[in-house]
Amino acid sequence: MTSRSGLSRRTVVSTLGLGSFAASSLLPTAPAQAKDTTVGFIYVGPKDDYGYNQAHAEAAAVLKKMPGVKIVEEEKVPETDDVSKTMESMIKLDGASLLFPTSFGYFDPYMLKMAAKYKDVQFRHCGGLWTKDKHPMNTGSYFGYIGMGQYLNGIAAAYATKTKKIGFIAAKPIPQVLINVNSFALGAKSVDPSITTTVIFTGEWSMPVKEAEASNSLADQGIDVITCHVDGPKVIMETAERRGIFACGYHADQHKLAPKGYLTGAEWNWITVYKQFIADAQAGKAPGNFVRGGLAEGFVKMSAYGPGLSAAGRKNVDAVKAEIMKGGFSVFKGPLKDNKGNMVVPAGKALPETAVELESLSYLVEGVKGSTS
Amino acid sequence: MPALDSIATIAVAMLAGSLRVSTPFLFVSLGECLTEKSGRINLGNEGVLVLGAMVAYAVSFETGNPWVGVLAAAFAGMLLGGLHGVMCSLARVNDVAMGIAIMLAGTGIAFYFGKPYVQPSAPLLPGIPFGFWLESDRFRNALLVSPLFLLGVAAAFGLHWFLRTTRAGLRIRIVGDSQDAALALGLPIDRTRLLATACGSALAGIGGAFLSLCYPGSWNEGLSSGQGLMAVALVVFARWNPINCVYASLLFGAAGALGPSLQTVGFTWGYYLFYAAPYAVTLIVLIATSHGGRSLRGMPGQLSIGR
Repeated sequence: MTSRSGLSRRTVVSTLGLGSFAASSLLPTAPAQAKDTTVGFIYVGPKDDYGYNQAHAEAAAVLKKMPGVKIVEEEKVPETDDVSKTMESMIKLDGASLLFPTSFGYFDPYMLKMAAKYKDVQFRHCGGLWTKDKHPMNTGSYFGYIGMGQYLNGIAAAYATKTKKIGFIAAKPIPQVLINVNSFALGAKSVDPSITTTVIFTGEWSMPVKEAEASNSLADQGIDVITCHVDGPKVIMETAERRGIFACGYHADQHKLAPKGYLTGAEWNWITVYKQFIADAQAGKAPGNFVRGGLAEGFVKMSAYGPGLSAAGRKNVDAVKAEIMKGGFSVFKGPLKDNKGNMVVPAGKALPETAVELESLSYLVEGVKGSTS
Repeated sequence: MPALDSIATIAVAMLAGSLRVSTPFLFVSLGECLTEKSGRINLGNEGVLVLGAMVAYAVSFETGNPWVGVLAAAFAGMLLGGLHGVMCSLARVNDVAMGIAIMLAGTGIAFYFGKPYVQPSAPLLPGIPFGFWLESDRFRNALLVSPLFLLGVAAAFGLHWFLRTTRAGLRIRIVGDSQDAALALGLPIDRTRLLATACGSALAGIGGAFLSLCYPGSWNEGLSSGQGLMAVALVVFARWNPINCVYASLLFGAAGALGPSLQTVGFTWGYYLFYAAPYAVTLIVLIATSHGGRSLRGMPGQLSIGR
């Protein structure tokens, strides 16, 4: 509700600030060091949601301690024109020269418009598909291949499930979510091909009551391991624990929320990316425009194992993880069919996590119960 | 057989969903019903719901006793509702606009003071296992009913009886239906409305406590997602009758459970459409029950939206 209430503090401040911009520039300002790099972080939700936003904010908190860097943050910025105002005020009022709008919907059109307006500010978006020639050079995107983490989650789930039915609670059917659903399912199938994965789309990134309902519906159907891709997995992990089923984490470490049922989890490790970007900015060169990395590059990490995962399961997850760390591992290997029977990856072809085809993925693989529309 | 099994699953999910999801709707709509019976609208109950959720969770965490959290939530709701009541009794204050201000204030206060309570886990209110004799885990879980739900149903019947048969209830209805009659009888209009608003918001606060202490049972900033406002609309739907509020809340709860449960049984077409089910149901019932000329049967005469 409040997020829709047009007037944010920043809007007011920026409106007032722009009016007196000329005057204020003559006044002595805060004693910022000339060489400080101001970096702006914009989150779509609260910073402590046990999820996506927390993963970014944890990295931002580490950056705050670095010398020569000033961090400005704003949380709960909706994917509307509000984010344009936030970006503009970070640039004009805080003097930010590097911006990280971290939510999917910020990219097009809001960030692209701002990038065209402020050409000497660097924009790096989390999750967008930056294309050379199509998008301005002062923009870029970075993302982690967390699908491998969900693949390992799937392997762990396969060792924990007794009913051979596992579940996935997803927000929206966009490629990055579908990669995770498919990877989770394929991970489980690599252990036991008879395992099915039921997916529920909630339609929104954050809907606690609906996510709890989805967890209960899955548990009612005899599904005994669940994972998710929503912004804040807190409610899902807690509901799973209350229903006495297992859970695999996502985004951040959630073992505290499900001490008995937590198997392992796929976590972001954004600090690797941000440190590199800021080092580039401080050295006076433009940060990379298209930055991607997975487990091997340290963009993604796995949670410590929970008590629900057997020794055999741990051994298998460790072995596959070691294989992934060598680089070049492919989750999507032909012959692979989608759940409607169409061949999506022909025999003999393998799509490593870096494959561009995956960034526009639109199907659910065989063994997943659900539909993307 | 699979088809039959699927239908059974959906039926159980809707039953369970109606018992789980309906309680906040029930408490807020009862509170709003009481307030509106006195001739005032309180849109601030969305803010009260969020504040109640935060206060209940925080107090439960600090004291270790969830029931103390429920009481604290009711008290916080009463304070915020009281503020609305006092402000609205001033001359030329519009209760709809004031309600929106209260809503924003309530959510703002809750978010500000609720920050440190997002991460910790507070003790929750245990459910009453009415299904203990059943074999199936699915049914047992469906029949794990929160004591607050039972309290809410009891409150609905209590409120119905109170408004219908007691002297105080009659006074509230007179104040709400005809200010002139109330003036002629020498009834304290402002004081009656203040009390009705404060008590109504106390009920809404308990609804918030249910969100954070029962289901989904944790505190975070997206917890309410507009349920308080929907409950205000529910009162119109229930024609200002507390007993109807129970049915309306159960229906909304069941409709909300429809989307996820359809997807688990493999019915995956058009889930966005099914998520809109509660709103579609409201529209259909409102259209079906409205009569030409006197479209809002049962509405208190002094409500500012009716004048």
